[in-house]
Amino acid sequence: MNKDIAAVYMLWLRAMKRFIRSPSQIIGSVAMPFLFLIFLSAGFSSVKFPGMPSNVNYIDFLVPGILGMSMLFAATTAGISLLWDRQFGFLKEVMVAPVKRISIMLGRTFGGITTAFLQSVLLVIFAIFIGFHIGSILSLLIAFGFMILIGLAFVSIGLIIASIMTDMQGFGLILNLLIFPLFFLSGAIYPINVLPNVVRYITYINPLTYGIDGMRGAFLHASIFPIWFDALVLGIVALILISIGALAFSKAKITI
Amino acid sequence: MEYSIKVSNLVKKYGSFIAVDGISFEVKKGEIFGFLGPNGAGKTTTVHTLTTIIEKTSGDAFVAGYDVSKYKEQVRDRIGIVFQDPSLDDRLTGYENLDFHAMVYGLAKGEREERISELLDMVELKDKANLLISKYSGGMRRRLEIARGLLNRPEVLFLDEPTIGLDVQTRRHILDYVKSLKEKYNMTVLITTHYIEEADYICDRVAIIDKGKIVVCDTPKNLKKGLEGDVIIAKLHNKDNAMKLANKINKEHIAKSTKISNNILYTYVKDASSILPKFMNIASKEGISIENIEMRNPSLEDVFIHYTGKSIRDEEGSGNESMREIVMRRMR
Repeated sequence: MNKDIAAVYMLWLRAMKRFIRSPSQIIGSVAMPFLFLIFLSAGFSSVKFPGMPSNVNYIDFLVPGILGMSMLFAATTAGISLLWDRQFGFLKEVMVAPVKRISIMLGRTFGGITTAFLQSVLLVIFAIFIGFHIGSILSLLIAFGFMILIGLAFVSIGLIIASIMTDMQGFGLILNLLIFPLFFLSGAIYPINVLPNVVRYITYINPLTYGIDGMRGAFLHASIFPIWFDALVLGIVALILISIGALAFSKAKITI
Repeated sequence: MEYSIKVSNLVKKYGSFIAVDGISFEVKKGEIFGFLGPNGAGKTTTVHTLTTIIEKTSGDAFVAGYDVSKYKEQVRDRIGIVFQDPSLDDRLTGYENLDFHAMVYGLAKGEREERISELLDMVELKDKANLLISKYSGGMRRRLEIARGLLNRPEVLFLDEPTIGLDVQTRRHILDYVKSLKEKYNMTVLITTHYIEEADYICDRVAIIDKGKIVVCDTPKNLKKGLEGDVIIAKLHNKDNAMKLANKINKEHIAKSTKISNNILYTYVKDASSILPKFMNIASKEGISIENIEMRNPSLEDVFIHYTGKSIRDEEGSGNESMREIVMRRMR
């Protein structure tokens, strides 16, 4: 087997094995979005947001947002987990293998996306039980596509951060100052047109906005932008982020 | 003569700090070469440079015939490394750690199974293969890391403090593996250590490294021979006493040389049994009381003191390194 392909496969397989072996982590990472889903829908289902299509239930509106959140959190965390590997020495072991760094980066990226995706699929299943309507299989597949694109973008962001950061002290800071704002400024919980103009423009530069909007287009047939436009923007952003991620990773320090 | 490692004028700087200060050495094929020095002497930095983990500042370094800066992949393909710090994934089993490593080195499935089984046998971990690493003891992890370093049948094996933090028995066990490897595969081994008896036990040649420089490099036997005669080791109350006594002894010309390390005076003499009475006389005349005295043939420890002017143990326990070690192991 080609060493580089083997490295990508190995890192992906490693991510899968670690994922399956930590049920507490799976529960933990699915539980938070799930609680958001339950409590937000319990409280907001009777609220009428201006700009929300009148024939749409709040829960159907919220689920794409929560799926976006789940992908955002899981993918960024997966990217940043590079820090742990550096701390615990496993990164050295991988980096001195006779393979290109880009293969290592791709392996990590695919592993991160897959774990984030599996968690989000669990979330879809739970959501069905509390009244979410999937619509057609096609809708679901399109939404999966958007989830993967969101995953690509944010695993890359996580990798970029972990490549630049040298210790784990700043991890909580990033969580609070990057991930939460990205979540709240994506239209995940309410339609972005209720926001003041300035804030609304900020949501337009958030890639997550397009991911969530695209999923709403797939599930509800009610989106701000056409689905193809959402896919295009998110796809381009993801590509740019992967490229920056590859560059940052190629310069990343191996040891602490 | 075929060389597995060839280094000339290697320099590594971190800002203004010079970690490796122009070292040169060669390691012959099939040789076990030791780097002996205290923590922070530049051993690990040198190993990291030779294993392509960090970029050198200047100088030349060839491993297995390839320039380590220009042909990283070729070098990586031909070496095995056991790092000083743990580097296993503890949410995987022992077998998986080895299997993943072998995959990345391009081994086919059948070959992987065969080699893993052979190496697990060698490090006596076959019955623990399917246990998660988090359940392994420190010694077991070390042995597994050594097995992992050998999976690709490296031409050169780098062992960076392979026995640190292990008990004496496990330590000896690991050193014996390394010795047997050399016999079995004619593998070149570069081992760093700050345990003198270890270097003495296993190495064909030893380089004593201190403050980023190689102070001396030879076989343990020759190094000890350089200090022909005996050494009288006297423990005194304090350093001042040691210095006073050393002065007197030098004046009387009964010793070849003296060295002081804290409150211990090392006196190198031709024949300790005839010098010792004189030595004691001088001490009592000066009114310096001796807490403890012993005489013996010079050990590698004495060689170290002779060349660096300090005992290797002075450097121990002071560093953050040991602290970090403990923290890291706890966090796992």
